[in-house]
Amino acid sequence: MIRSRFQQGLDDLKEKLLAMGGLAESVIEAASQAYTKQDAKLCQLVFEREREINEAERRIDEIAVDLLAMQQPMASDLRFILAVLKINADLERVGDQAVNIAQRAVDAMQKTRPVDIPVDVPRMTSAVSIMIRRALQSFVEGQDDVAEAVLSMDNVVDRMKDEAFVALVRSMETDPANTRAYLDALLVTRNLERVADHATNIAEDVIFWVRGDDVRHHHGRRLEDKRAADSSKT
Amino acid sequence: MGVGIDVQNLNAWFGKAQVLQDIQMKVEPNKVTAVIGPSGCGKSTFVRCLNRMHETIPDAKVSGDVKIGDIEVYSRGTAAVEVRRRIGMVFQKPNPFPTMSIYDNVAAGLKLNGYRNRRQLDEVVERSLEAAALWGEVKDVLKKKSGASLSGGQQQRLCIARALAVQPEVLLMDEPASALDPISTGKIEELIFQLKQQYTVVIVTHNMQQAARVADDTGFFLLGKLIEFDKTHKIFTTPSDKRTEDYITGRFG
Repeated sequence: MIRSRFQQGLDDLKEKLLAMGGLAESVIEAASQAYTKQDAKLCQLVFEREREINEAERRIDEIAVDLLAMQQPMASDLRFILAVLKINADLERVGDQAVNIAQRAVDAMQKTRPVDIPVDVPRMTSAVSIMIRRALQSFVEGQDDVAEAVLSMDNVVDRMKDEAFVALVRSMETDPANTRAYLDALLVTRNLERVADHATNIAEDVIFWVRGDDVRHHHGRRLEDKRAADSSKT
Repeated sequence: MGVGIDVQNLNAWFGKAQVLQDIQMKVEPNKVTAVIGPSGCGKSTFVRCLNRMHETIPDAKVSGDVKIGDIEVYSRGTAAVEVRRRIGMVFQKPNPFPTMSIYDNVAAGLKLNGYRNRRQLDEVVERSLEAAALWGEVKDVLKKKSGASLSGGQQQRLCIARALAVQPEVLLMDEPASALDPISTGKIEELIFQLKQQYTVVIVTHNMQQAARVADDTGFFLLGKLIEFDKTHKIFTTPSDKRTEDYITGRFG
């Protein structure tokens, strides 16, 4: 069965990408927890899982390339496979960000005295992992409205990062002895913000797959236009 | 069940012109193997050498060894008729016996081999049409309609059923879908994919996408030589030979 074999290939791709997405989401949460709780075991877990993510990335690329070469996908099938390739790369980068965060945790543990950080890392982490989860959910169900919601969440995370920067720079000025710890926190914040960017990319790819629209780079304006149009109606 | 095919040092000529040079190929049992290449590369001659069809052309000559399962195709003691019974063939243009009914088309090979038992014939006709994915479309008109009254795609599936009726081990298909529209082509491709569970299938095609979709292994022929033979996904993603790459990317041919 040619079409059903092709369909099987597409299903297989979807399943593998979701498994990888699950790994990416868990690894970000683990890394963040490793950092806030100074947990060396969790750091190790992050490093191991990241290797699994890399392996999954290669496998998904292989399947996608085979499907492109052998089945000549068209229209929504073609957009699906292209979206999978890009989402795949984004999830792999999420794994890299988790490793960066775990690395900051390892560094912080080598310090004798823990420093009080003026940033709510767990709160930012939960916002970021909700974005990843929703982005993957929009991918599972091909729901462009869920993907749109992810796009608007990116602004929230950006604001968290900006606030964290202001607070951390202030701490560096008032408590220069612990500059290194504040700098670590700043990097972690930036890593988390990057993860939100990857979630945004994933959501954009889902919209491309489902609707064929390219919403990259100007989605903010589009959404605001839409909101303006909606509010003028009421 | 299908059997493997082992081709060693196969050469073929039309008169003085050599059209195949020293071909070595091992075809796996119960796999679909595609043979691709530009016109005149020898791909059709190659499959016609597998069931001794090549020698039916005046002036044509073959040398080398072909082993299909346990039979030596070109050994002195092997009868061409026996080889052709074990190796079914389907051609580019559907060629049902035009005046025979659908039923008789499928039963023809068996009747020729002396089968007379009505019930047995009924069974084989149904099973063969079923396997060729045609049964549902013709079961009510088996004896009322002639082979020629069917559509092109149906005629081709009728020819496949006719080939399957004598229970071959290998099915050779020479451009089986090139005279058909895309829907019929899709049906034939699905059928090929199913047939490999029971038969070894060798398909000649100049449609590379078709080879990519249906075949497990693919051989690329050029100017009478087998340039590259490998897993289909390897041929279509990272071929080893520059000439294969040039052909499948459309740089020549």
